[in-house]
Amino acid sequence: MIVEIGSLCLVLALVLSLAQILLSVAGSDRPLLAGAGEGAATAVFLALCIVFGALIYAFVTSDFSVANVVANSHSAKPLLYRVAGAWGSHEGSMVLWCLALTGFGAAVGWFGRDLPADLRARTIAVQGCLGVLFLAYTVFASNPMVRLSEVPLEGRSLNPLLQDPALAFHPPLLYLGYVGFSVVFSLAVAALIGGRVDAAWARWVRPWTLAAWSLLTVGITLGSFWAYYELGWGGWWFWDPVENASFMPWLIGAALLHSAVVTEKRGALPGWTLFLALSAFTFSMLGAFLVRSGVLTSVHAFAVDPTRGMLLLAILGVTAGAAFALFAWRAPSLAPGGLFAPVSRESAIVLNNIVLTAATMTVLLGTLYPLIREAVDGNTVSVGPPFFNLTFTPVMLLGMAVLPFGPMLAWKRGDAIGAAQRLWVAALLAVGAGLLALALASPRKALASAGLAVGFWLVFGAAAEIVERVRLFRAPWPEVRRRLTGLPRGAWGSSLAHCGLGLFVLGACFETAWKIELAEVMAPNSRVALGKYELELKSSSVVDGPNFLAEEGVITVLKANRPVCEARPQRRFYPAGGQTTQEVAICARGLDQVYITLGERRAMADGRPGWLVRAYFNPWVQLIFLGPMLMALGGGVSLSDRRMRFGVGRKASAKAAAT
Amino acid sequence: MMRMALLVCALFCIAAASDPADRLPDPASEARARALFQEVRCLVCQNESIDDSDAELAADLRKVVREKIAGGMSDAQVRSFLVDRYGEFVLLKPTFSAANLILWLAPLAVILLGLGLLFARTRQARPAEALSPEEEARLAQLSQIRPD
Repeated sequence: MIVEIGSLCLVLALVLSLAQILLSVAGSDRPLLAGAGEGAATAVFLALCIVFGALIYAFVTSDFSVANVVANSHSAKPLLYRVAGAWGSHEGSMVLWCLALTGFGAAVGWFGRDLPADLRARTIAVQGCLGVLFLAYTVFASNPMVRLSEVPLEGRSLNPLLQDPALAFHPPLLYLGYVGFSVVFSLAVAALIGGRVDAAWARWVRPWTLAAWSLLTVGITLGSFWAYYELGWGGWWFWDPVENASFMPWLIGAALLHSAVVTEKRGALPGWTLFLALSAFTFSMLGAFLVRSGVLTSVHAFAVDPTRGMLLLAILGVTAGAAFALFAWRAPSLAPGGLFAPVSRESAIVLNNIVLTAATMTVLLGTLYPLIREAVDGNTVSVGPPFFNLTFTPVMLLGMAVLPFGPMLAWKRGDAIGAAQRLWVAALLAVGAGLLALALASPRKALASAGLAVGFWLVFGAAAEIVERVRLFRAPWPEVRRRLTGLPRGAWGSSLAHCGLGLFVLGACFETAWKIELAEVMAPNSRVALGKYELELKSSSVVDGPNFLAEEGVITVLKANRPVCEARPQRRFYPAGGQTTQEVAICARGLDQVYITLGERRAMADGRPGWLVRAYFNPWVQLIFLGPMLMALGGGVSLSDRRMRFGVGRKASAKAAAT
Repeated sequence: MMRMALLVCALFCIAAASDPADRLPDPASEARARALFQEVRCLVCQNESIDDSDAELAADLRKVVREKIAGGMSDAQVRSFLVDRYGEFVLLKPTFSAANLILWLAPLAVILLGLGLLFARTRQARPAEALSPEEEARLAQLSQIRPD
């Protein structure tokens, strides 16, 4: 019964979305109808909540009369993973996508009191159009509520590797990020229809972009962390098409974050900000298509279905095509905005945008190039990590080398010498740290040391930004304290995010260049060296898990002959699916990790039994995950800035009118 | 269903390349082999290098690469041997050839284009400052009218 209610609500949501479009279009100059359109948007969202609830209910109760539950669940799964199973399939993930899409549409109505009435009505109408397309796709081509005539006794999916908290929360966060850009897209289309793109519009784009981008950051990081500790070979980024699909909207979102500031503060670059606003969600849709269509071979092949892939491509083509056609038609009439000198905050941000655009193009071309070559001359080529490391990395390093100058420059006309004077300490410290790495780290690696210097440059540059803003060392202490407490959250947010980027660079350089790999067949009570650590295999035993059998090694990690931690890696066998998996044991020491997996049992040279132990010493690897989390935190802090809060403008103007 | 392919692979590919039983005796040659592994695609896998994959074909390819290196071939020779045998598809780093020129040069082109546009934008004259000839004429006309 509950599943039927869900099914009904899905169709209801589609119909209500049509009402949302019609009412909002008619309501762009009639407040009453616009209000009804907002009501419809909220109703669509509530209907989707019921659909999603019904789907989760079917998974939790293991209702195997529903085809989607049979294919993606099993009654022996723990509760959390039965719930997560609801969005683990093609159909379920589209429901989650629609839930986020309609939720954001309703949110424009709730929080958008400040927006000019016609812009708000049009934004909700455009959001409704996106809703209709994706809901129609879900209802007609990807319906998760379909019942089976013959009910099986048990579900088919009990994948042990997927039963992991990081992976349960990774898709919802990723989708909130992907789909968060839909609001930005709708705002851009609405502004193009209305023909007014000004500071007020950019002010509106910023909080939505920040929210979407921060959520996307957390989603991508969780996915990367899962791959790192669950797949057992210590890698955290594979330049796989599916990873790239999530990375492109992130890069464009980061560019948009910055260019929207220019449009808000200086009224400049409105066309470019609009273009990025349209591109971010276009890349989100491209990602949805790439992941689900199977057009590219990926290790992440996610619910691949070429027929439905064509439908998603059609949705992408129609939406992006219409939006960019509108852009091409209306953009030339936009005012170009204020002028700025070659050395200015505006130029620095444009430089940031150039770098991020070039990086996105590199990822896009690298991802799609095998398809392009095959279409052009029929040859199949591969584009893998070595390509991206050689192209993407230098482009980004170029941007990072100039990044700390940006916040030090004034709007319109900056003072390059002044900025250099404020940054020389940071530069000196960064170069010193790089030289130190060159002298001390073994083996000696010049490029990686330079990379570390760039990482330190970002971290110290971010600190210098705060120092400069509060006039530390230059003004008397009471003034510094007054400035420190009065510093807007946006300033803290940008410094935190830039610092997070620096930490990530440090972690990535250190881990990539100086990780130590070990693979040895070890007899019980024997020792092997792993960098400055030693591993001793104490014993191994058979462990009887709830739905698996495991061989567990007890390995003591020693440093200077003193045990620092005990690792228990497992090699698990799941009889239900006949799968063998490895449970990695991680021994974290400060920012470093010793990463240990237990392999198969093998005879030693002298005939005694031994175990193949693989281990990595990953220096500073924690920064790879902490850095992006700090970036997301920076986004959140910026979002909490009172200037970003919805309705501030209205309250301020009301106050001004009162006095 | 989710990420099935990834999983199937993940179950078998646990840094297979480092297996102590297969290593070359000379550490320098082994390091060269490992570096090459990362550039060679496991042809039957979804999207992995033979360094990551534990598929049978990947093991065979590793053996071939190690043999060629032990036989004294240079890295370039090993690569061209693999391309002759399996086609360009086997290389994860596309060759820097005419057909792949767009791929390799696109990032640079975008940056140069962007810098060019930025340069042009910052040198733009303020349109409001200069008057068009028509406006000049109109101004002259207006300034002749005196309110007497």
